[in-house]
Amino acid sequence: MHLLKRKGFKGGVHPPDGKELSNAKAVVTLPVPEKVKIPLSQHIGAPAEPLVKVGDTVKKGQKIGEAQGYISVPIHASISGKVTALASFPHPAGKSLPSIQIESDGLDEWSGDVKENPNYKNLLPDEIKSIIQGAGIVGMGGAAFPTHVKLSPPANKKIDTLIINGAECEPYITADHRLMLEEPDRVIEGASIIARALSVSNILIGIEDNKPDAIRAMTDAAKNPPNSPLSKGGEVGISIKVVSLKVMYPQGGEKQLIKAVSGREVPSGGLPMDIGSVVHNVATAAAVYDAVRFGRPLIERIVTISGSGVNNPGNFKVRSGTSSLKLIEAAGGLKSDIGKVISGGPMMGTAQHTLDIPVTKGMSGLLFLPQNQVESFASQACIRCGRCVAVCPMGLLPNMLGIYAELDRFDQAEKANLMDCIECGSCAYVCPSKRPLVHLIRYAKADVMARRKKAA
Amino acid sequence: MSDEKLLTLSSSPHIRDGSSVTSVMHTVVLALSPGAATGVYLFGLPALATIILAIASSVALEAWMQWVMGRKITIFDGSAILTGLLLAMNLPSSSPWWITVTGSAVAIIVGKHLYGGLGQNIFNPALVARVFLLISWPVQMTSFPAPSALLAKGVDAVSTATPLTNIKMELMSHKANIDITQLPQPSTFDLLLGVHGGSLGEVPIMALLIGGFYLLYKRIITWHIPISFIGAALAFSAIMWFVDPAKYANPVFHIMTGGLVLGAFFMATDYVTSPVTNKGMLIFGAGCGFLTIVIRLFGGYPEGVSFAILLMNLATPLIDKLVTPSRFGEAKANG
Repeated sequence: MHLLKRKGFKGGVHPPDGKELSNAKAVVTLPVPEKVKIPLSQHIGAPAEPLVKVGDTVKKGQKIGEAQGYISVPIHASISGKVTALASFPHPAGKSLPSIQIESDGLDEWSGDVKENPNYKNLLPDEIKSIIQGAGIVGMGGAAFPTHVKLSPPANKKIDTLIINGAECEPYITADHRLMLEEPDRVIEGASIIARALSVSNILIGIEDNKPDAIRAMTDAAKNPPNSPLSKGGEVGISIKVVSLKVMYPQGGEKQLIKAVSGREVPSGGLPMDIGSVVHNVATAAAVYDAVRFGRPLIERIVTISGSGVNNPGNFKVRSGTSSLKLIEAAGGLKSDIGKVISGGPMMGTAQHTLDIPVTKGMSGLLFLPQNQVESFASQACIRCGRCVAVCPMGLLPNMLGIYAELDRFDQAEKANLMDCIECGSCAYVCPSKRPLVHLIRYAKADVMARRKKAA
Repeated sequence: MSDEKLLTLSSSPHIRDGSSVTSVMHTVVLALSPGAATGVYLFGLPALATIILAIASSVALEAWMQWVMGRKITIFDGSAILTGLLLAMNLPSSSPWWITVTGSAVAIIVGKHLYGGLGQNIFNPALVARVFLLISWPVQMTSFPAPSALLAKGVDAVSTATPLTNIKMELMSHKANIDITQLPQPSTFDLLLGVHGGSLGEVPIMALLIGGFYLLYKRIITWHIPISFIGAALAFSAIMWFVDPAKYANPVFHIMTGGLVLGAFFMATDYVTSPVTNKGMLIFGAGCGFLTIVIRLFGGYPEGVSFAILLMNLATPLIDKLVTPSRFGEAKANG
């Protein structure tokens, strides 16, 4: 029985995935934009501090923002040209944030710092980590957590498995799907490099089985994993296994993915490293390859432009800091009655107040919904149907968390494991009373975090 | 910039599955309709009048109550219609109009709105009303017209006892050798069709099952409560039947009589008054089934479904407190 059961987790929902709009569209590389606005904060942690001033000439790949502390990453110029502004501009996070504006010189020249390393296979783990840190790489699945931090577990946490996240469970988003299909070797190479940095030889790549072509491409690419020396000496082959996963949102949630591919459960309040696992997104792996082999920092990514509000949905490789207006143009423009713009997917993405936002390292997609697809409703009292409880992938009671938050009973919410919530949105998705459960949970979480910060 | 349209900002998720309280309520009403229609077929126009009056008075009283309490009028969310219909299903077709209206008043005012309205009540409103009426007017509430002559082959529409009442009377008759197996009872086929005395909506087992399976199919309810309810009733009555078949009816008879099927699929599954977890639902359903048989076999009343469900409604907050879902990552550190 167990062997026949498809790999998955408990709970979850099946939203219509909308992926048919863009999953057959090959990645189109956008021309170099005339202008970019690069936010100094595109990651979790302290924003970078600018290293350039207005009027400076910069080259592509040149570091223009310095990381502030360990949980932070540097920022690099994504085009060559001239710095024309250091100012606050709209940011996908919702407010205006300090950014560096560069106007292109049309040359698109690499900085002299960017050099290929022919001996990249012989790098030691610490050397790899420092390259990744210097390249400003963050988790590209959406969370944008600095990658080097996840590669440096404390000495007492023995990591034995690297999990590469190719689940891409968010509806509409197909950026990772296309990457795995078109450039599986980059992902496999990058995954091998990450494995080397972690000194592990076991790589599991999880992909939802609604992407059979990607599963095939990745399985083929994984057949010849690059052999590479591990830190403790000796030639050790890396074992790469592609795991087909049940289609179920949020299969790509870090904890759900680990559970599905390895059967391990991250303890409540803990991290994947507590159970010997580290998870990285497929796009992150590809970025690691570019950085370690070619010396290229993270300055571009694939973004899915989709939703029925856009004329010609597709997947675009685009420089960071590029205006979303360029992407809209590339996708054939918008239909007239746009009601909502979402950075990311419809389940966890952030609604935008303007059509002009910059592409950031963590932006997997931009979704354009016409007015008639904008959900609008009055929320009602909870009727205790229990659907939220049944679908919660974390085994929480979202109904009660919502009620506690409504009453400002944050202590009770915290005791009911509020902080375990991954904000996947499954509860609110199924709620017949249309209760804004994720909104309420975030409200309570903010209070609990503020109090914890004060106490610390 | 001036022609830029306003974009909607809201917290994620940005899509919903399209369900609503109203669609849930309407689906349950639809699922009850084969049972209600069969009830009308069996008991004629008085049954239809009882159903219409119960629904109309429930809806009117809900509007009035919400107006009095200064709340939003939500009579079109389907919940008052459902409460009215469920109440009617639990009444004899011959109920005088004032019994029906009093029932609606107790259900809507006491059972629902005094607790705070939709979602807040502890007890199933329709069952609160039924039990109130049963205790207050036992004669009217236990006089059941026989099903129409058409089906019952030449019998006039006279008052008749329910199969469960037959048994209770035999047991209380102080005869020397009580043997309930000798009682004239409807055939299994008649029980399935509902051709015997009883509340207008509890007798047509077959039609109720069709509606119950429809609710399962539409995922309005899960199997946990109906199966544990019926399973526990079946198991406990089977044990007692094995002990003494002359005093205790066989388990199949227990399932097919009284309000057990109506209760298991439509009353005990009421979201508001049953637990939210699957495990909790199993305990709740099993409790309902067990208590039903305890009351039927050892209590003063011939039938125990309403009391059993109300008692388990009372236990629901406790069940929800004690039975929580297994939390992801709870004490499972294996690294």
